[in-house]
Amino acid sequence: MSSKPPDSAAGEPLIEVEGLVRHFGKQTVLNGVSFKVYEGDTFVIMGGSGCGKSTLLRHLIGTEKPTAGSIKVFGKEITTMSDGELQKLRGRYGMLFQSGALLQSLTVAENVALPLVEHTKLDAGLIDTVVKMKLEQVGLTGHGHKKPSEISGGMKKRAALARALALDPPLVFSDEPTAGLDPIMTAVVDELTQRLTQKIGATVVVVTHDMNSVFRIGTRIIMLGTGANQGKIIAQGTPEEIRALPDPAVQQFINGEAEGDAGDDSGELLYRQTLLGGSEASRYALPATLSSKS
Amino acid sequence: MITAFRQYFALCGDLLYWLVVAPFRGRPWRMGHTFAQIVRIGVHAVPMSALTALTIGVVLAMQSAAQLAKLGATMYVPGLVSSSLVRELAPLITAVIVIGRSGSAVTAELGTMKVSEEIEALEVMAIPPMSWLIVPRFLAMVIMMPLLAVFGIYVGLAGGWLISHFSLHMDTAYYINHALQYVELRDVGIGMLKSGVFGVLIITIACSIGLNVSGGAEGVGLATTRSVVVSLLAVFIANAALTALFFF
Repeated sequence: MSSKPPDSAAGEPLIEVEGLVRHFGKQTVLNGVSFKVYEGDTFVIMGGSGCGKSTLLRHLIGTEKPTAGSIKVFGKEITTMSDGELQKLRGRYGMLFQSGALLQSLTVAENVALPLVEHTKLDAGLIDTVVKMKLEQVGLTGHGHKKPSEISGGMKKRAALARALALDPPLVFSDEPTAGLDPIMTAVVDELTQRLTQKIGATVVVVTHDMNSVFRIGTRIIMLGTGANQGKIIAQGTPEEIRALPDPAVQQFINGEAEGDAGDDSGELLYRQTLLGGSEASRYALPATLSSKS
Repeated sequence: MITAFRQYFALCGDLLYWLVVAPFRGRPWRMGHTFAQIVRIGVHAVPMSALTALTIGVVLAMQSAAQLAKLGATMYVPGLVSSSLVRELAPLITAVIVIGRSGSAVTAELGTMKVSEEIEALEVMAIPPMSWLIVPRFLAMVIMMPLLAVFGIYVGLAGGWLISHFSLHMDTAYYINHALQYVELRDVGIGMLKSGVFGVLIITIACSIGLNVSGGAEGVGLATTRSVVVSLLAVFIANAALTALFFF
């Protein structure tokens, strides 16, 4: 586990997270997460379902407030920021939501044009050109006039990516950008992400569990744990460092194996105990009919 | 329950800011959105509220004629129809129709936007949902409710005329004269005030419940039902309070 920044990243970190904790009721979703993202990084947050990746991302964009800890984006503490300040900061980053989150009442082109219309003083003709360029980049030429309900899930995601990139933001957040895409489109989106960092010099924070993408685009990776390590960083480093880690939970995740330390799977013995109502059963929230002894 | 109230008053506070303060800080009302909502919330509600008002006018005339005939006083039918329409029924019936078709639609739309992350997306794009979604709907509702009520009064009076003219054989001029005789300008004003208040209640309740939906499609369904029930209750209670305040 290395925590030193890669050579390309000089100076101040773009995002600095320190001791981030978040509870939902009694459940601890994030438990002391700390990391830094440097300019030009493609920073990947990976981990199993329910490990808190998306929650972490929501904290970074300021739509969720942490229980404890600090988050600095562009050097400014966002956890204590007023809505007005947060608004200004948000003009400087793009976000791709897991579901795309295109506005259903607008066409695809209008969705992509929205940030331009709202935040720039470009005239309509120029906006139209920019929108066409962005749609072309994500392979959606000719689909601009359609409503989001008329295009496929993968197309929605690409349209959402075009919208996130409309203002050429220096920082892009991306929640599961390739989930639900076919292999070719996955490669297209990955390439687009790489081009962002390499050509425009943008910084990208990606949440994903697609291992191909992780190693194709990631320059720095953190992995969040589940189960006993819920909400903790169990591995961080460059792709090579992550691959070389002996930690069985990490290896299981990378190689996609069903049996192992990672995930909710806690072994056959415990499974039997849970089914039969053993002492361990109460730790797991099974339906009462399954977990009660009688 | 307490959370719902807190969410409601938080929304009202926000709304007040975006209605009154924000326009002076370079965040004007979005007139294009407002007109679109006027069409959706108000104009599209015209046929239904007209039909309802017509039946109410007809029923009012029939019921009062049946009772007044016993006293030989059917000449009071026009006055009874007009005063009950202007003071009570037109604003109330319009509100019920608007709750059913527009309030529920607003809750369902906002709720769906909430669960599909669209509202969050707006926030992250630094487009305040208040200014983009809520203020236009509020303005549209507050403008259109009194207009729909006025329209309802006219159509209801026409319904009363149908019975008075064809069944009670009243002269049209006589009907109009008597109908106007029992209504003062103050009554019309209070009727409009009522429908304005109903509009505010309906749209704030619909928006507050819609924006706080959780739990996917099922949550949207539950929220829409709740929005309708709560709005109806609020409107009927407000109506009783306003009637007590101005007419009692």
